[in-house]
Amino acid sequence: MHINWFKYSSPQTFYPLAGKMIPWFYGLAVLFALAGLYVSFALAPTDFQQGEAYRIIFVHVPAAWMSMFIYIVMAGWAAFGLALNARLSAMMAQALAPTGAMFTFLALVTGSLWGKPMWGTWWVWDARLTSELILLFLYLGFIALQSAIDDPRRSDRAGAVLALVGVVNVPIIYFSVKWWNTLHQGSTISMTAAPKMVTIMLLGMLFMALAFWMYSIAVALVRVRCIILERERSTEWVKNLFGEEK
Amino acid sequence: MNSVWFIVLRRELLLAMRRRSDVATTLFFFLIVSSLFPLGIGPEPAVLSSIAPGVLWVAALLANMLSLTRLFSSDFNDGTLEQMLIAPQPLIVIIIAKIFGHWVVCGLPVILLAPIIGLQYALPNDVLLVLFLSLLLGTPTLSLVGAIGAALTLGVRGSGLLVALLVLPLYIPVLIFGAGAVAASQHGMGAEAHLSLLAASSILSLVLAPIATSTALRIAVE
Amino acid sequence: MMHWGSWSAFFSMGGYAFYVWFSFGITAVSLFIEVIALRNRRSEAIRLSRLLAQN
Repeated sequence: MHINWFKYSSPQTFYPLAGKMIPWFYGLAVLFALAGLYVSFALAPTDFQQGEAYRIIFVHVPAAWMSMFIYIVMAGWAAFGLALNARLSAMMAQALAPTGAMFTFLALVTGSLWGKPMWGTWWVWDARLTSELILLFLYLGFIALQSAIDDPRRSDRAGAVLALVGVVNVPIIYFSVKWWNTLHQGSTISMTAAPKMVTIMLLGMLFMALAFWMYSIAVALVRVRCIILERERSTEWVKNLFGEEK
Repeated sequence: MNSVWFIVLRRELLLAMRRRSDVATTLFFFLIVSSLFPLGIGPEPAVLSSIAPGVLWVAALLANMLSLTRLFSSDFNDGTLEQMLIAPQPLIVIIIAKIFGHWVVCGLPVILLAPIIGLQYALPNDVLLVLFLSLLLGTPTLSLVGAIGAALTLGVRGSGLLVALLVLPLYIPVLIFGAGAVAASQHGMGAEAHLSLLAASSILSLVLAPIATSTALRIAVE
Repeated sequence: MMHWGSWSAFFSMGGYAFYVWFSFGITAVSLFIEVIALRNRRSEAIRLSRLLAQN
């Protein structure tokens, strides 16, 4: 079967298609979340070292995964948009950024909530938490740059360059922070000293990660539809879409 | 190609000589910020020398960042930048010359001043040398990466603060290696590893950053 | 409730109730707020598009 992908790369054809997909992704998100919550609270056993507090990892780790994953996907869409001059790709990158920033924020907050009972302090300059904080700064920079530029075309392309520069820098930042962390032996415990993973725990994190993933897709599609309407308000097809229903 | 490089560089230096206050502002900023810390923390030499690597590097970083907005803005405003973009000479060479000129004008004075300020922080001579070397090897990365931020925010409202938000997270590795080099030599460990990482990051950004900067400039001007 | 003796044991989370429930709570609230905010943004976008289309 031959699918003409370019047909779907115009906002006009993508708008109704996205509208049809959104309920499915929301539904899948709810299903995975229910499965994930069931595994994390009912099936996963108590950790003998950390007690019940370890259950925080069922949101913390998937949120941290999503925060990094969304940044990479966002940079991918941005690069695609820059290289092929595709408007829709740039809009997808813009639609993903707030959700990515939110997951980064959640990873930080839940990491700190995990740290308090485990380390006795709300914040540890642990390599993972520090990198997550810097990732939040990168997201905020991307969002700030895009919202500061009024011309949509320039804002798309400038954001794309920034996202690509960021994605090249993320491994360097992570390496430097890790190095800095091992040199300053302030915190000997790190997040990686998590409880020994039992398969059922991994399963719980996997379900939660899938739930976040489906949620992110749904939310990004809703947001990209908003962006399409906001930008193409004065085009013929949007007028036709809303003009007839009096 | 070489002649373009030298012409642009000469022009940058000439312009800087005509507007000496710009250079002086960066230098005074560095001087004032690094003198504020002892006033806020207290004159205890042991405390001061333990915070010196971080404080001096952060001050150098902020001074560099503040001077960034001037990198392209006057050329952008008077149309020179547009001429550079359509010139037959390769844009990358022009950009590298401009960044190098900016580094000579705004970066080099800070690097030369830093060891003297280090004396205020009770740093011994060998540590002062490492401070000088770390700044010499690290600040080119700051100027090169900062140029991307300056090009992206060209002509955007509130660009001064925006540059800070875009560029400071990207400066973090340089800060870690730079301040780490000084701290390592303070503790009697060799700073070679830190210094070679700083040199490596400068070379890497010399290869990659001008490409991103030229793309960003084309986006800004078109 | 597989290994929880009672509902109260489940809610107390072995003494870590605040940390565990706050983590899951803030996650749920954040996702909920994002969905609501997007709903508002969407209805505003539709309202303006309709206004523009019918005039």
